[in-house]
Amino acid sequence: MLEPSILTASLVHGLANGAVYALVALGLSLVYGVLHIINFAHGALLMAALYGVYFLVERLGLDPYAAIPILVPAAGAAGYLLHRWVVAKASRGREEAVLLVTLGIALVLENLAVALFRSDTRTIETGWAFAMVAVGPALLPAAKLAAAAGALLAVALLWALVRATDLGRAIRAVAKDREAARLVGIDVEHVFALAFAIGTATLGAAACLLLPTYYVSPQVGHGFVLIAFTIVVLGGMGSFWGAFWGGLLIGVVESLGGLFLGESLGQIGIFAIFIATLLLRPTGLFGRAV
Amino acid sequence: MPLLAVRELAAGYGPVEVLRGVDLEVGEGEIVALLGPNGAGKTTLNRVASGLLRPRAGEVSFDGQRVSRLAPQAIVEAGLVQVPEGRRVFPDLSVHENLLLGAYRRGRTRRPANLERVYALFPRLAERRRQAAGTLSGGEQQMLAIGRALMAEPRLLILDEPSLGLAPLVVEQVLALLVELNRAGLAVLLVEQNVVQSLAIARRAYVLEQGRIVAAGPSATLLADERLRRAYLGL
Repeated sequence: MLEPSILTASLVHGLANGAVYALVALGLSLVYGVLHIINFAHGALLMAALYGVYFLVERLGLDPYAAIPILVPAAGAAGYLLHRWVVAKASRGREEAVLLVTLGIALVLENLAVALFRSDTRTIETGWAFAMVAVGPALLPAAKLAAAAGALLAVALLWALVRATDLGRAIRAVAKDREAARLVGIDVEHVFALAFAIGTATLGAAACLLLPTYYVSPQVGHGFVLIAFTIVVLGGMGSFWGAFWGGLLIGVVESLGGLFLGESLGQIGIFAIFIATLLLRPTGLFGRAV
Repeated sequence: MPLLAVRELAAGYGPVEVLRGVDLEVGEGEIVALLGPNGAGKTTLNRVASGLLRPRAGEVSFDGQRVSRLAPQAIVEAGLVQVPEGRRVFPDLSVHENLLLGAYRRGRTRRPANLERVYALFPRLAERRRQAAGTLSGGEQQMLAIGRALMAEPRLLILDEPSLGLAPLVVEQVLALLVELNRAGLAVLLVEQNVVQSLAIARRAYVLEQGRIVAAGPSATLLADERLRRAYLGL
């Protein structure tokens, strides 16, 4: 039988990972809520952001956390332009076409990454990479704890943006009724692109938080997009707190799954949850019937 | 020069032609009614005026500026604000947030003062400011939709069927409110099926049928028109 302390340690690890998953999933959920499409490029954009951090750290010698104020606005700007110039133009406003355009962007980005950086797995070296912090019975790498704290802070900022700013209100108005939003003078196309930009900006933050304990390769986004999609479905499509709690839950499930079933089977629990959600509660934990 | 001028306007959807050469004017400080049965093209006219639909021919100008090819937000910016059919408040947003959004494009600088004004006008909304707009009654939602439009400090307010689905007493309150706002200088285009009550507050009116203006004139003249009385009032 397992010792309780191992179980708790696994829980803490899961929650720490889950906080970052929640941040990644929130970006996906926000874009879904406004544009009503699953952004299949979300994982590839995270990969691009991870390469961004990698080169800022390796070439300019920046600390990965010091890269946050550079990468978040850069990722946001890239997302805005990507939506305005590629997604909106190529899809001509048809939602099913938007879906395919984002899939196309993912393919282009991944192959571009293979061509430019080859498919090597890269990691960064930081002075504090091996520093450990005790959290209850768990011994957590300091970088993982920092990532979780940073992700929670980013989630809080995102929440404040959505709830308490004019842009946040406009985003929620557009999500619900585009035409009524136009009638109060909201530039709906601008808000679409801004929502997309916020979605990619969250990836900029997530990339800076992740890389110290993670790696980057052209395919690194695949795992994340599946996890994020599962979280969004589990929490309820477009639901903010659904994505947050769903992220933490999935982090824990993955960690406990790894503990009981071994690393390679650890993710099976995530997909079991995904299928169970679709079968038993297709609107998700926090979702509303459409 | 009229505040709103619609000239030989034609518009439609796909193969369907809805408006076939409509002329209409609203002057500064006027209340004008646009009457007509379902399917006459009233809402299509509103959609063109607000920039949601491009006209096929003709034009709409507002305060001398051609607006029929401008984006909706530019039209709001100019001061032409519409309260759409079915009110279209944002149901998940609170009453207060709906009002704040009313000033998203126009009237931002005087937003706090205008909020006070709207809450004074509709004490019911003040009581429910934190409530989700979707939980309000139909009449309260209509108040909110009008309040939201007022937040943009409109020069012309277009109301699409504000009486639809409301109890007669509430309809009277809404119309009385429009008269009050009009006295303060607001021009109103009231688009309605409710002929008698609309004519009671409008100075002039137009009758739209199958995409054409079939009658126009001072309200009193239209009320006396034998043919209209038979067609719309069943008298």
